[in-house]
Amino acid sequence: MSRNQRRGTIRDVSRETEDLNRRLLRARDAMDRAYAESLDVPAVAAVAHISPAYFSRNFRAVFGETPHHYLQRRRVERSMFLLRETDRSVTDICLDVGFTSLGTFSRTFREIVGETPSAYRAGNSPMLAPNCVQMMAMRPLGSAFATYAAGAEAHLSSFGEASNSAAA
Amino acid sequence: MITKLNVASIYVLDKEEALDFYVNKLGLEKGNDIKQGDYRWLTVRVPGDSNTEISLEVPGSPLHDEATGAQMRELITKGAMGGLVFLTDDVRGLYESLKARGVTDFTQEPTDHFYGTDMGIRDPFGNPIRILQQ
Repeated sequence: MSRNQRRGTIRDVSRETEDLNRRLLRARDAMDRAYAESLDVPAVAAVAHISPAYFSRNFRAVFGETPHHYLQRRRVERSMFLLRETDRSVTDICLDVGFTSLGTFSRTFREIVGETPSAYRAGNSPMLAPNCVQMMAMRPLGSAFATYAAGAEAHLSSFGEASNSAAA
Repeated sequence: MITKLNVASIYVLDKEEALDFYVNKLGLEKGNDIKQGDYRWLTVRVPGDSNTEISLEVPGSPLHDEATGAQMRELITKGAMGGLVFLTDDVRGLYESLKARGVTDFTQEPTDHFYGTDMGIRDPFGNPIRILQQ
């Protein structure tokens, strides 16, 4: 029996949930793959083949945070990696991971990690775990995870910059 | 003393679709395919390596009740279940081959690290797969 031939209402609802999850996961993967690029919600929602507003709402329901916050944590994780593993400048790393302003990068980094990029670099050395393990396990949760995710929900139209209101 | 890893299981949503992906797209070979009543014991393996088989299991009856099966299917499609790591002798060549075979769900393009070059993909259901060239 193929997946398309499952019968019954409960299975149909379940199947819809699974299909939506899989499409949201595909969009989340696109953020993990293209975090360094200029991403916005409509572009990522298009990967899931759903409208931007429906995407943001369902992404949060399925993964527990807004797509904006997910992407910021991925960018900060990658910046932590570069701070540990390279001697590139903080400004270069900010641009490497997809931020367009040093101020936004520094503020987002501080909010999520709890210290400045320079202080983090001074206190941490390269890691030996495989990169995929680092990307899965080292992505920072952020001390104000729930608050930040709630604040970021207002920004459904753009990933690029956290506004001042989100940081306040 | 344990000497080999013989069988590892992953959960998929549909065995036939899984077989097509793991054999025709990823390039593994079919191992066991045995019907026992309603149950199908289906495995794939790295070509030529009969030591280790990957069993393709579907959540639900007769292994799980329907509610448990539904929970597992949700987790699989969220990408929250465990995955597989393979070795290759040519990760960039394989990347091009996978693209040519229509694979689009790359989680990471081939990337160099101090331990080798790796890439990431997902199977059609959401399971993560890493492929490493050491």
